[in-house]
Amino acid sequence: MRIGLIVNPNSGLGGAVGLKGTDGPDTVAEALRRGATPQAGLRTRTALELLSRRVPKATLFSAPGRLGADWAMGLPLDLRLSRQRSLTGAGYDTQQAVLDLPPVDVIVFAGGDGTARDVMSVIPEGAAILGIPCGVKMHSGVFAVTPSATGSMMADLLSNQDRIEWQNEAEIMDIDEAGLRAGVIAPRLYGLARTPVSRTLMQAAKGGPRMNSASALAAAAAGVVRDMTAETLYVIGPGTSAGAVMTATGHRPTTLGVDALLNGEMVAQDTDALGLNRLAQDRPVGIVLGVTGQQGFLLGRGNQQIDANIIRRAGRGGLIILATEEKLAALAQPCLFVDTGDLELDAELGGFIRVRTGEAREMMMRVTSC
Amino acid sequence: MTRIPEFHAAKWNEPVVMEMGRPGARGQLFPAPEDEVTKAVGTDLIPHAMVRKDRAELPEITEFEAQRHYLHLSQMTLGMMGISLFGTCTMKYNSKTAEYATLRPEVAELHPYQHPDTLQGVLEIIHDFDCMLRSLSGMDQFIFQAGGGADAAYTMTAVARAYWQDRGMLGQRTEMVTSAQSHPCNPATAAAAGFKVVNLPLEENGYPSLEALKAAVSDKTALIMLNNPDDMGIYNPEIKEWVKVAKEAGALCFYDHANFNGVMGKLSARELGFDACMFMLHKTFGAPKAGGGPAVGAYGCTDELAPYLPCPLIVQDGARYVLDEDRPKSCGKVREFWGNVPQVVKAYAWARSMGAEGIQLASDISVVANNYMDKKLAEIPGLEISNPSIDLWRMEMTRWSLGPLTEATGVTTVDFANRMADYGIDPYWMSHEPWIVAEPFTPEAGELWSKEDIDTWIGVIAQIAEEARTNPELVKTAPHNQAIAQVKGDVFEDPAKWAMTWRAHVRKSGLQDKANGAA
Repeated sequence: MRIGLIVNPNSGLGGAVGLKGTDGPDTVAEALRRGATPQAGLRTRTALELLSRRVPKATLFSAPGRLGADWAMGLPLDLRLSRQRSLTGAGYDTQQAVLDLPPVDVIVFAGGDGTARDVMSVIPEGAAILGIPCGVKMHSGVFAVTPSATGSMMADLLSNQDRIEWQNEAEIMDIDEAGLRAGVIAPRLYGLARTPVSRTLMQAAKGGPRMNSASALAAAAAGVVRDMTAETLYVIGPGTSAGAVMTATGHRPTTLGVDALLNGEMVAQDTDALGLNRLAQDRPVGIVLGVTGQQGFLLGRGNQQIDANIIRRAGRGGLIILATEEKLAALAQPCLFVDTGDLELDAELGGFIRVRTGEAREMMMRVTSC
Repeated sequence: MTRIPEFHAAKWNEPVVMEMGRPGARGQLFPAPEDEVTKAVGTDLIPHAMVRKDRAELPEITEFEAQRHYLHLSQMTLGMMGISLFGTCTMKYNSKTAEYATLRPEVAELHPYQHPDTLQGVLEIIHDFDCMLRSLSGMDQFIFQAGGGADAAYTMTAVARAYWQDRGMLGQRTEMVTSAQSHPCNPATAAAAGFKVVNLPLEENGYPSLEALKAAVSDKTALIMLNNPDDMGIYNPEIKEWVKVAKEAGALCFYDHANFNGVMGKLSARELGFDACMFMLHKTFGAPKAGGGPAVGAYGCTDELAPYLPCPLIVQDGARYVLDEDRPKSCGKVREFWGNVPQVVKAYAWARSMGAEGIQLASDISVVANNYMDKKLAEIPGLEISNPSIDLWRMEMTRWSLGPLTEATGVTTVDFANRMADYGIDPYWMSHEPWIVAEPFTPEAGELWSKEDIDTWIGVIAQIAEEARTNPELVKTAPHNQAIAQVKGDVFEDPAKWAMTWRAHVRKSGLQDKANGAA
């Protein structure tokens, strides 16, 4: 197992000084002007201290200076460094550092959602990523809970892989910072990544074999397909949960965009509001949706292709929502948010709604407008 | 200052018993029968068709070696006599007096096919105990057929099926509504019985909202299944209103008393409006559980549901007790005969020795003990109570979180539990799944343990929390003082690896049969 380490030293700067994020050199400068102190390096060091205690002399492939080596100084680790480059202070630094690494199995990065996107944009096929949480925004599913948890997981990757499970479709999410500063939370799915997760060891005393969340989702999706009726247009929203329904019909979901099914056939791929309205004609409409992690967005974030008109056509009863119980349990608030741009429609969608969580298994969730 | 136990388990590097011994070794050597015996009874006492052709594959060892081997194995366990505050399991001491009562021939040598005239004593005990549970719950009839709590929950779903079938509405009443934090066997058994499971999430108060229930129930709802308090230890004070809402939708209401210890003697399922309930005799009622013996789920219901109960019912007919099998609307059997009778006898002995006042007092003690623990645990840095914003006294157990400690040290609740065994303390119960509290653990003190025992337990928790801060690796690599170091959990999830029998082990591991003396 070969691990690469890349630090985005500017990550998280914007948080403490109220900038909601640190995307771009201008924001970095503004954050520093406001008196922000860099945290990413120190958080990286916390992770590396734990790693070096558990696996002394562990080999890591990294970049020189603030992008890696500085934070391991004095620790009993075996660092193999790539070449020195001059830094621009932009996401380009992260991308270049990843490209400079020799082949590795896992790239550990210190940063937030923006850094995750930068790493993912240049990562070689098959490599996994794991985040040391440092950013202001961390909605992607590739971060360990804490820096120490990341260090602990790095130790497990090197010395105790029984403690590790691999997740192949972790969602890389990001939120537009300018919008966020204006008070609009608009998470968007940018892609899927492979990531290690800590295996939760079951207590044998009461445990049986566990239902893993992927198979629960697949079972829920199969149930949706069974309940489908002919001549209904099914709009399939973005994300892996809604995409599971496409998979269950034998089609490949766009995942980042919106697809549509009619009589079991895929009639639109990565389409938009116009395309959906054209396909709908006079047909009944069903809308298959997932839920965004942590914030619990249902409509109006990252899926605006599904416009108020189509939602109205489907009605409250036409919303088919899939999410795993783990995801629902991890929401910051126990409710789902809608923001269709039509206040009246938002109000009509309010109240408790059923979310499919597995085979013949549902969870009641409160829907509310933002 | 609490004394922290110092402990080291024995470790014996012995093979499994099938790999021990030598050809010809025996536990006992029996003399051949004398001629006059043979003459009197013949030599072919076993019918030919029933005589086995091969020899049983048994280890060839002496009685002494067998005793020694099993003594060694027992030394490598914690012995189930430690301080085990294993939440949701209501650990209690199983009295030897009750144990010996069931070893008496009047219980041990009975067979359910005996004529009921020869079973009057045991039938009277079962019937009397049924009446005690009726007075604790307000129900009209109990049965003990179910072999555990989940089996009793399954009995409820079977009864509900028969009830709706009888009304021609089974095709319409297809859904079971429950809380996301209910006893996991509620959704599991409802699913096994063919119902769709509708879960309600916990909200700000620590339990689901009435509004969620109202949105969930309809003319499709067959039944609701609840426990109260749930594992967070918070009692839902709106429970009467819940039952009312469900009843208005026509649904049956089932109270799962898995967490009965904190409310026993204090409330009655019937008064709250429930149609049926379930008690676990191996938890609340002092009968052994798990390795200690088979379980019993006592299922009770109202007269309205009684026709659908599994058969037979033990009923009083004048001065006699009879087994009533003639119940045409019965849902059938959930298990053979009348249940694990020795366990019923032990629970009966427990209830008789406690008495009504004793049961009341035990529930008070269990709530007080838990709140004492809550106070003491709150003083340990790195620990956090679930629903910290809810300022209510918890009932008989509380869900706690090691989240802050894990964040600071990387030591997880699994690591923590492993380390407890190093002090000779049984690892705690964490949580049912999914974990809605980070790095959870759920202690339950019950009425058994002394304040000294509880202080010892808390002292060990404080000690490990300190170790996590000063030497996390020590905790992460625990246990160190146990017969076996860390167990790799993945074998439990891999059917190709686990083996419950020697034969399965040989087949799955690809071993040649190494048992000595095997043909």
